[in-house]
Amino acid sequence: MSLLKLDNVTIRFGGLIAVDKVNLTVEQGEILSLIGPNGAGKSTIFNLITGIYSPTEGNIYFEDRSIGSKKPYHLAAAGIARTFQTIHLFNNLTVLDNVLIGAHTRGKWNVTGALLKFTPWVRGEERELTEWAYDCLERVNLADKADELAMNLSYGAQRRLEIARGLAVRPKLLLLDEPAAGMNPQEKATLLKMVKAIRDSGVTIFLVEHDMKFVMSISERISVLDYGVKIAEGPPEAIRSNPKVIEAYLGKGAVNSA
Amino acid sequence: MAEVLQSISNSIDPYILQIFVNIGIAIILALGLNLITGVTGQLDLGHAAYMSVGAFTAAIITINLNLPFSINLLIAGTIAALVGLAIGFPILRLTGDYFAIATLGFAEILKVVFLNLDITNRALGLSVPPANTTIPMPFYVWMITILVIVGVTFIQNSRFGRALKAIREDEIAAETMGINSTRYKNQAFAIGCFLAGIGGGLYAHFIAYINPSDFAFMKSIDILNMVVLGGLGSIPGAIVGASVLTVAPEFLRFMSEYRMLVYGALLVFLMVFRPNGLLGGVDFRKMVLRIFFGKKEKKPNVTIKAR
Ligand SMILES: Nc1ncnc2c1ncn2[C@@H]1O[C@H](COP(=O)(O)OP(=O)(O)O)[C@@H](O)[C@H]1O
Ligand SMILES: [Mg+2]
Repeated sequence: MSLLKLDNVTIRFGGLIAVDKVNLTVEQGEILSLIGPNGAGKSTIFNLITGIYSPTEGNIYFEDRSIGSKKPYHLAAAGIARTFQTIHLFNNLTVLDNVLIGAHTRGKWNVTGALLKFTPWVRGEERELTEWAYDCLERVNLADKADELAMNLSYGAQRRLEIARGLAVRPKLLLLDEPAAGMNPQEKATLLKMVKAIRDSGVTIFLVEHDMKFVMSISERISVLDYGVKIAEGPPEAIRSNPKVIEAYLGKGAVNSA
Repeated sequence: MAEVLQSISNSIDPYILQIFVNIGIAIILALGLNLITGVTGQLDLGHAAYMSVGAFTAAIITINLNLPFSINLLIAGTIAALVGLAIGFPILRLTGDYFAIATLGFAEILKVVFLNLDITNRALGLSVPPANTTIPMPFYVWMITILVIVGVTFIQNSRFGRALKAIREDEIAAETMGINSTRYKNQAFAIGCFLAGIGGGLYAHFIAYINPSDFAFMKSIDILNMVVLGGLGSIPGAIVGASVLTVAPEFLRFMSEYRMLVYGALLVFLMVFRPNGLLGGVDFRKMVLRIFFGKKEKKPNVTIKAR
């Protein structure tokens, strides 16, 4: 059983076919990367998996259940978390609150809980959530910044906070949309270790990234997308020398001269 | 007990007492709107309408049934919340400006309905008999004000409150974290309307005469001003905003018709120098720590976007 399966997924925006009959699976426990030129439809695929868009045609299965028509909040509860290509943090809230919101589905007290704030049950839940949030922050080296506002973090730290917030969902599948974008080489090296550690803790990783060095050294498999169509898939070595991939990235003619 | 309270309230200058009570009611209204607009980020331009629902409900209950005032207020708040839900349910799916315009429109509709119903005595308005309670109104109002302050403080600092703030900050990210934003927005809206209903019920019995035109667009804007002046999302801010804007017109009374001009100028001034409101971006926990324990406060630099 694949953890995630895209079955002939197509999405159209007006006349534009952003994702075109894509078949793709993510296997339990792997790190799969999705690469392709800008505008290829990578982020759109993430938006489809997380319920922000619904496929025009085809369907998506998570643990063999159809999720094509589910809302984003259903999918978090089902065990899918993500980060965004353009940072979508809760800017005016603290780092800790950002992660606590990530842990939303792990709590249950709502309005009544708010009014019963000082009862042992509600306090117990708050304490558990806070401990869990700190665990997640530690995994991305941000525990010491817990009280800062998210907006005051450096760019690299904001990207890591998005990962911590995603981890707080306690996902089975974590989608990372260009996690290394805007990071310096040192930060990228640290990030590489973090992502591997997250995978080793049992979270399946599906990531989009432009930095080829990063992708080649972290992925077990790579899928390549071009104009919404999946043009190749395989282990890093095979992708590196695949003529279709080189053509997509460097244009026609590059294959012969390469 | 009741006699003691009565003699205390009798010994205070009635004018001062009236301002004091008006402040309490304004705080309740501002905190309700703050939950909707400041915390959840949904710009509500018709909050006075829910206040009017509470005011008329409570007045009609006292006139016809004379139920104990606390029960009366609970019913008034609940009806206001239900009306709020009936209006909010279809329109909370709208984003930004559309939601704001829809709240404004529905508020006007409600006003016109009240102006044409027999039970609200049409444009003549209702005279409201004294509330069925032995506690004098000023104490009653402030008892409830304090309960409301405590209640909304609990709400804002809970898992529920965090979800509301998440929706304000970034609705898509909030949904991706498992928050059903439509449901939470409706709940916040219902609570805000409930508080407006309670505030309206208190107002009706304190003023003793209500007219649908008392709850027109300008009243909604007054309440919104209190929240914005204090700082969107801030409870101490809403309290200060409600107090200042209740007292300010009294001080400006000598200017008679120029008073609204000055009032407007003051607000413009504020928006220029403190765009986040008087207390916007002030973290009270940190401030108290700093004042009493000398801990350093990190500069917050908050800009809450009103959408
Ligand atoms: N909501 C939308 N409406 C219209 N077009 C969209 C929308 N979202 C994405 N697109 C288009 O779909 C294509 C794929 O975009 P995207 O998935 O963001 O690419 P990338 O592979 O760079 O992440 C682009 O041409 C983009 O303009
Ligand atoms: Mg993208």
